[in-house]
Amino acid sequence: MGKTIAEKIFDSHYVDNPSGDIHVIRLDAVFCHEITTPAAINDLVSRGKDRVFDPSKIKAVIDHVTPAKDSKTAIQGKILRDWAGRHQIRDFFDIGRNGVCHAIFPEKGFVRPGYTIIMGDSHTCTHGAFGAFAAGVGTTDLEVGILKGVCAFHYPKSMKIEVNGALPKGVYAKDVILSIIGKISVNGATNKVIEFSGSTVDAMSMEARMTICNMAVEAGATSGICRPDQTTVDYLWEFIKDEFQSRASALEAFSAFAPDPDAKYDSMITLQAETIEPLVTYGYKPDQVKTVREMEGERVDQVYIGSCTNGRIEDLRAAARELEGKKIKDSVRGIVSPATPLIYHQALEEGIIKIFMDAGFCVTNPTCGACLGMSNGILAPGEVCASTTNRNFNGRMGKGGMVHLMNPATAAASAVKGCITNSEQYMHGR
Amino acid sequence: MKNFNGKVLFLDRSDINTDEIIPAKYLTEISKEALKPNLLEDLKLEGFSPSADIPGKSIVITRANFGCGSSREHAPWAFEVNGINLIIAESYARIFRQNMFNCGMMAIELPKETIDHLFKVYQRKEVTIETDLDRNWFTIRSGSRIEEIPFFISDYDRSLVLAGGWVEFADRHY
Ligand code: SF4
Repeated sequence: MGKTIAEKIFDSHYVDNPSGDIHVIRLDAVFCHEITTPAAINDLVSRGKDRVFDPSKIKAVIDHVTPAKDSKTAIQGKILRDWAGRHQIRDFFDIGRNGVCHAIFPEKGFVRPGYTIIMGDSHTCTHGAFGAFAAGVGTTDLEVGILKGVCAFHYPKSMKIEVNGALPKGVYAKDVILSIIGKISVNGATNKVIEFSGSTVDAMSMEARMTICNMAVEAGATSGICRPDQTTVDYLWEFIKDEFQSRASALEAFSAFAPDPDAKYDSMITLQAETIEPLVTYGYKPDQVKTVREMEGERVDQVYIGSCTNGRIEDLRAAARELEGKKIKDSVRGIVSPATPLIYHQALEEGIIKIFMDAGFCVTNPTCGACLGMSNGILAPGEVCASTTNRNFNGRMGKGGMVHLMNPATAAASAVKGCITNSEQYMHGR
Repeated sequence: MKNFNGKVLFLDRSDINTDEIIPAKYLTEISKEALKPNLLEDLKLEGFSPSADIPGKSIVITRANFGCGSSREHAPWAFEVNGINLIIAESYARIFRQNMFNCGMMAIELPKETIDHLFKVYQRKEVTIETDLDRNWFTIRSGSRIEEIPFFISDYDRSLVLAGGWVEFADRHY
């Protein structure tokens, strides 16, 4: 019988089947950040098990609050830093070299097709864009991952979501995933892996694929996953060129993790790209989605462009196209956080940072910051933020604040107008 | 093994997320105990007051997709330090449910009809539950009314509860 991508990965990483459909699998990488890892480290130390299974397979970053904003966040950073030092974890990224985890780890080439990855962060599903099984876990799973290099999961059921056709101008990967979540709801994919496919996904860049996989968890999915293809190989080539003779041979090797034509899916959904238009969330759940048209004119106090969902170079370019030669409304606070130092550099070189600054945006260092309401742009009660992030939960960006999720071009256009509005790219097909 | 008996707190809503259970601003706390006063602080639920409704409760009964959102194990910990080790719901988000058992706590699923029944009959009453892990049933008491409800727990989840969590289990086995 044919297999899905997730089944192929599970079968090639099998360690044990302790009971029922629980599979313990071997991990290729364990990612760590300073918010959820210190508790795992402290617990390992207190149990007398302060060890790591393989320092070369552990990658760590301080990204959520950086620079530290108070003593507590400084201590969290220190615990991670000291631990990385004493276990010779060489891929550790501290301030000046750090960026949002789900942007910087792929950028460094740490994700490969067929990999199994866990991290104490729900948006770990982002890395499925490379044809990897990547899942967010809690502190205890992370702890065991660090100690033993294994993790237990239910054997994966997959939901196939096929998107076909060409996206209209001004419609982005963010709109694709928002429309999917709006359709299947916040628990539409619980305990399942979403396998994204179809000509629209095949035509997407790695950045766009990361955006759709990033938000798979907002529909409850364990992971999002895309078939590895030429785009994957080209993105990874500089990191894998010593391992393969040619791009073609890399593609052939990665094809081992393509789904079989007769693979069995738990459910299937098909979407037509032409019918998707720019979307925005309106409530406290990511499945509360309306078209930008329906939300037109809704006041915004802050516009935030960044995060592991939409803080990559393509996202900054899309926003800059909208902002070029314009000023944002006086009543709006615009904040942009390039997700990594490399993205920041690229944006500088391409003149994008200047466009943002001329428009009146504040450019922050790479960090999660306002996305989770810990620093760099917390809302006051009653304030509204147009945001390119992935979560609109009550209080997410500050108690009493409201977050509307949208694509970067819509966010930029809304900054200019001071209210939710469609981008010119969409309206005039620029 | 943890305690799975006591008074019940009813949370009559689906999709209660981890930001509502424990807001992100408390994730900088290193000790579990520090989370105690902040459990369910941002919960959007008509008539619910954390300071009045949580003290003295050991069990939560709630609806579907409980614990969706972030991977933070701070969510089960915030329950744990408040003496709540058992949650009974129609369904859970995957990471939250796994985190509960990984901590040696229990997240039990009951069919929608049973949950509807429990809310209809017992919500807003003083209710206690006793858990029998040998025979897999809950004894529910309210006034003179007593009811027994069977539940399912997989062998694997039971072994995590008995071992006191996944770290000990995994270190022994792998
Ligand atoms: S950018 Fe936001 S969603 Fe992404 S890892 Fe950081 S806090 Fe989490």
